[in-house]
Amino acid sequence: MGSMGRVKTALIGNHAVAYAVKMARVKFIAAYPITPQTIIVEKLAEMVEKGELEAEFVNVESEFAALSATMGAAMAGARAFTATSSHGLLYMYEMIWWAAGARVPFVMAVANRAIGPPWNIHTDHNDILTMRDSGWIISMAENVQETFDLIIQSYRIAEDQRVLLPVAVGLEGFILSHTAEYIELPDQWDVDSFLPSRDPDKPYRFKAGERYTVGGLGSDENYMMLKIAAEKAMINAEQVINEVDRDFGKIFGREYGGLVERYKVDDAKYLVISTGSWSGTIKQAVDILRDEGYPVGLLRLRFIRPFPSMDISKNISGVRGVIVFDRDISLGRGGIIASETQPYVGESSSFWGVVAGLGGVDVSSREFADVIKMFISEHESNGFSRRDLLFYMNGEVFEL
Amino acid sequence: MSVKVRLDQIPKEKYSLPGNAACPGCPHMIGLKIVGKAFRGEATLVIPAGCSSIVPGYHPYTSLDMRVIHVPFASAPAVATGISRALKIRGEDIGPVIVWAGDGATFDIGFATLSGSAVRNEDIIYIVSDNEAYMNTGVQASGSTMYGARTTTTPILGKKDRRKEIDLIMLMHKIPYVATASIAYPLDFYEKLLKASKIKGFRFIHLFSPCPPGWRFDDSKTVEIARLAVETGAWILFEYAEGKLTISPPSRIYADKSKRKPLREYLELQGRFKGISEEDLKIIEEMIDENWRVLETLSKIYS
Ligand SMILES: Cc1ncc(C[n+]2csc(CCOP(=O)(O)OP(=O)(O)O)c2C)c(N)n1
Ligand code: SF4
Repeated sequence: MGSMGRVKTALIGNHAVAYAVKMARVKFIAAYPITPQTIIVEKLAEMVEKGELEAEFVNVESEFAALSATMGAAMAGARAFTATSSHGLLYMYEMIWWAAGARVPFVMAVANRAIGPPWNIHTDHNDILTMRDSGWIISMAENVQETFDLIIQSYRIAEDQRVLLPVAVGLEGFILSHTAEYIELPDQWDVDSFLPSRDPDKPYRFKAGERYTVGGLGSDENYMMLKIAAEKAMINAEQVINEVDRDFGKIFGREYGGLVERYKVDDAKYLVISTGSWSGTIKQAVDILRDEGYPVGLLRLRFIRPFPSMDISKNISGVRGVIVFDRDISLGRGGIIASETQPYVGESSSFWGVVAGLGGVDVSSREFADVIKMFISEHESNGFSRRDLLFYMNGEVFEL
Repeated sequence: MSVKVRLDQIPKEKYSLPGNAACPGCPHMIGLKIVGKAFRGEATLVIPAGCSSIVPGYHPYTSLDMRVIHVPFASAPAVATGISRALKIRGEDIGPVIVWAGDGATFDIGFATLSGSAVRNEDIIYIVSDNEAYMNTGVQASGSTMYGARTTTTPILGKKDRRKEIDLIMLMHKIPYVATASIAYPLDFYEKLLKASKIKGFRFIHLFSPCPPGWRFDDSKTVEIARLAVETGAWILFEYAEGKLTISPPSRIYADKSKRKPLREYLELQGRFKGISEEDLKIIEEMIDENWRVLETLSKIYS
């Protein structure tokens, strides 16, 4: 019945975020500009000033304040939102840990951008990946539709009593943030039935007569217990994310697969693993390779935290080889997703970790196909190939 | 709108409980005791890093019978912004949202969030309990530390930078309420808290809080030192509200310099000024005179 109100419209990713925030009936927004995120908060400001969105909108003095204020609002029971990117995210860093440690449920969009020097406004996943160990749930969108959908899904996940953790939604700078795609905007009624309004008293009760302390001094054991409880919440989140995605599918007709999306994985002998928007490009590469007879599939990580360990090990068992493309690097260790995936790759399977596309360097579907083909041919001629850290740029695969 | 309180009107109930982890003679606990009574425990305190993060005690115990949110050092005014806005959305009146911060948090690391929240006129009472140094980390100089004072980061020569005039800076943010207070004048502080709570918007109260180990005086003398600061004119109690700036009653007579006790009497009790040079003493005295001139002029402008 709700489908009557669905509209197809062309939106850039940043506007999709703003519309999703509006439809999620967010009540508190903190804004601080940084390219390529800025348009998100500008659009929200416009919605609030026009009276289309009834929310407290605060122009804060820094990203540090943006996250602090968002955390405060969410602590006191409001559905809250902020957005940032790159240097802004790093400037928030202390609060990132505090928000997760205090188990405050809200959503932050991260328009992924490289971290200088040199100054570079183009995409890279390293910014959002600095949040890895903090206790945030971290997701990455593939396209504008999914960006919209993830924001809506994330409030359900964050506010689930089994989870109660903040969620970061990554959308790649310019590639998603500034590119218009046709997307389906749902009916408000459907969003409301999918996303009930927030219980303002969970996890904290701000009520007259209620006295308590949050974040005070505790014993070492106390600290460790809270970390263990947060890890438990992360484990719960795996189930919640899958449930939420299935429920979303029932109402909106789009289901993504939970923590991972499987693209031509069933009969694949070689598996590509990636996250973010270039997964769309890799899907094209998979299609090219399929046409040429290569049994290749793609496992796209929709979530980096919790890390989809189960999905990965399930899907890669028995394949001949796994190749991971990282648009990030942990200097001194290599591609982050490659290093996190590696433990699940069987001894006899080939494995390549390829770092590419840093700072927005483009990789086309043809180039992806070529690298994957090199991987397959090295496996097939040698029977086995293991390279933890390769780089790819402008037609060349190289090792240091 | 004046708020006059008699001693017997102050609640007997305690909201800052005995058995906390503060040093003997801790001024923060004196201040928190008054805050608790003023709002009968119905306040939400947002406390950044500092002694006040530690002294309430260890989980599951606490000596503060109020809602207390401990937050990172620089973040308190911004967190309070979010809390206050969320409470507005909820339409619930559960007492004021109060930032209770040290001078390090206020003058230095949290200055941007303080200023940002003030210009947005957030509905917050901001109290800086000023012990003129970073006490929790062991007495390092802050933007509030008095000229000439020795701290562990100004160990031999004493501090050579002037202190930041935070009250004047806050006044120029054009917020509705700015006041100074002192733990030695609990009724004055209590009245200012009540008055502030009746005003909407950003309210700033600068509480004078001498710290025994940090200033190196005997822990029985906290209140005496705080009173001497007023009696020597070194600490001026004033209030800016409803567009008017007035010197508060306990300080009024000290506008007349001849009525003030000698500055030396105040400084001599403090180990941090031991052996201070005549020259530095003169500089401090000049600073105090200048503060009086500024405040008296402002009281004429905002009259
Ligand atoms: C970002 C950050 N830097 C440094 C510290 C260490 N630290 C904790 S409390 C404190 C000093 C607090 O001084 P002040 O605000 O004057 O409060 P007081 O302890 O004197 O009450 C410092 C430096 C911290 N907690 N966070
Ligand atoms: S160092 Fe000073 S401010 Fe800190 S607890 Fe001790 S007396 Fe109180």
